[in-house]
Amino acid sequence: MSVLVDEDTRVVVQGITGGEGKFHAEQMMEYGTNVVAGAVPNRGGQEVAGVPVYDTVSRAVEEEDADASVIFVPPAFAADAIFEALDSELDLAVAITEGVPTQDMSKVYKRLSEVDTHLVGPNCPGVITPGEAKLGILPGNIFSAGNVGLVSRSGTLTYQVVDNLTNRGLGQSTAIGIGGDPIIGTSFIDALELFEDDPETDAVVMCGEIGGEDEEQAAEYIAQHMDTPVAGFIAGRTAPPGKRMGHAGAIVSGSGTGTAESKIQALNDAGVRVGDTPEEVANDVEELL
Amino acid sequence: MKLHEYQAKSVFADAGMPTPASELAESADEVVSAAESIGYPVAVKAQVQVGGRGKAGGILLADDEEEAREAADSILGMDLKGYTVERVLVEEAVDFTDELYVGVTMDRGAGRPVAMVSRKGGVNIEEVAEEDPDAIAREHVDPAFGLHPYQARRAIYDAGIDREIASDVSSVLTTLYDLWDEKDASDAEINPLMVTDDGEVIAADAVMNIDEDALFRQPDLAEMEEESYTDDLERKAGEYGFDYVRLEGNVGIIGNGAGLVMTTLDLVDHYGGEPANFLDVGGGAKAERITNALDMVFSDENVESVVFNIFGGITRGDEVAKGINDALSELDEIPKPVVVRLAGTNAEEGMEILNADLVQVEETLEEAVQRAVENAQEVQQ
Repeated sequence: MSVLVDEDTRVVVQGITGGEGKFHAEQMMEYGTNVVAGAVPNRGGQEVAGVPVYDTVSRAVEEEDADASVIFVPPAFAADAIFEALDSELDLAVAITEGVPTQDMSKVYKRLSEVDTHLVGPNCPGVITPGEAKLGILPGNIFSAGNVGLVSRSGTLTYQVVDNLTNRGLGQSTAIGIGGDPIIGTSFIDALELFEDDPETDAVVMCGEIGGEDEEQAAEYIAQHMDTPVAGFIAGRTAPPGKRMGHAGAIVSGSGTGTAESKIQALNDAGVRVGDTPEEVANDVEELL
Repeated sequence: MKLHEYQAKSVFADAGMPTPASELAESADEVVSAAESIGYPVAVKAQVQVGGRGKAGGILLADDEEEAREAADSILGMDLKGYTVERVLVEEAVDFTDELYVGVTMDRGAGRPVAMVSRKGGVNIEEVAEEDPDAIAREHVDPAFGLHPYQARRAIYDAGIDREIASDVSSVLTTLYDLWDEKDASDAEINPLMVTDDGEVIAADAVMNIDEDALFRQPDLAEMEEESYTDDLERKAGEYGFDYVRLEGNVGIIGNGAGLVMTTLDLVDHYGGEPANFLDVGGGAKAERITNALDMVFSDENVESVVFNIFGGITRGDEVAKGINDALSELDEIPKPVVVRLAGTNAEEGMEILNADLVQVEETLEEAVQRAVENAQEVQQ
């Protein structure tokens, strides 16, 4: 078992005719992902990377029985592509696109409450169940199959922590990069809930960062609802207030909320050990198992 | 992207918002001629994008030509929190009986916009929010429908605003929301919204921040963008298009991906060093970008040691190595020791290309950071 994706997941790639869409469709297939179709307006009937392209996602669902999508569509069209995925009643949509306007995501967020689709992202590296399937741009070779679930707001930090885990022989059940934007589909809590319910996940690593209050809310959820042990990491301890550290969501407000300290404190209070370095996180996970 | 006050006010005025008469001026003569066409008294206001301008001496009142000249001389050219004042807004001084606050922002936790009103205007609203949160009435907005008038009224009555001006404030708030929505703002604020002797309301200040990610569909606003930097390094970062934040320490840090770069900063701190900067080269950086990143960090005179931390996903290790070689081989002498850690996509190819005579190579993040911290400490001794 795993969460969100496995070898049976039937994937449609939205934006497969673009450079990134094609490249990563090929990479995903090479990894073993069951990519069954592409969806690009006005490109129906073509074939890209060996799979048929349809004009709409709903056509790809009808013809190829797709149940998940991964979105490589430029920012101006990304929200529309996400709405299309949601209206096509997919189980999962993963939006890789960076730079989606926040107001667009606010409208998407509203719609999410009315549908059953899990949205991961935008501005995220994607989702991977090692050895089975990956939806997104994560480098497959650093992952190994196992029983540690991972959820992270940052792509490259995910790679770093996975590397530390894999080097210790700690394989992963599923890794979910939820993205660093202010408004995202799948939150920490959503991911933690999935891992809590997954019998194959015996421990979870949660990588957070400065900005917002998502980690604090997740800490509350962990304290109240989780039996699966959680190890944590928070990036941005050295960040000064008022400066945006790369991610649109990673900014410590003037009034002192959203700091690394407040997040670490909240997690500690919920019984989560927060490592000072990715190496310490791997140590903690080893002990939790 | 932050609009200057004069820009935000022109956006507001175009939407029919009540704003004071004003003119932009760049010299004492221009200030005087603007003041004369507006009519004394006027406020002379520094146009730099910092908070607390008034307290810092960046806003002065003038009742006549002499005072206008004095205000201009005192403000033009002054250093306001690191920014040199090059322009002032000369504005009709409004007689007021009360100062209110209205604002619209994105409540990221709720994933929805929120409109706000307070009777406690004219002061730092963040402090009000912290000390007396009930003094700010809030209405969450469904982004598909916008701010309904009844919501604006509810907030206004909740905030305890006088009935005589309720409909004017309500119209200001709905206009502000519509602008926030249309212009892809992240925040829009009026603080203070002044209430005049004869019961009118007027936007005495205007704040508008635009979502950079939405500038592609806001060409008029994109044109208003004026780069302003507190130092040459930030200017350089702007030219190179880097996410860069200057810090106080001496270990220069270059990496890919915001989370990993923040983590590298934190590790420098953890191992007893002090980060000099945050520099994210972004995803898929090619050799030239890497060269520029090194140029940036070497330009910071506080930097004593540099660490490169690249974990390739989209970014390729061979491109990074090529960029490092290019940058360093051009120099007669490498000014500061550079530690390199490459992992992920094409890291092995990168390690083969990387000229090991020019840099120190470490295999893990932890080792690389420790080495860089030691390098900086050796210089200090």
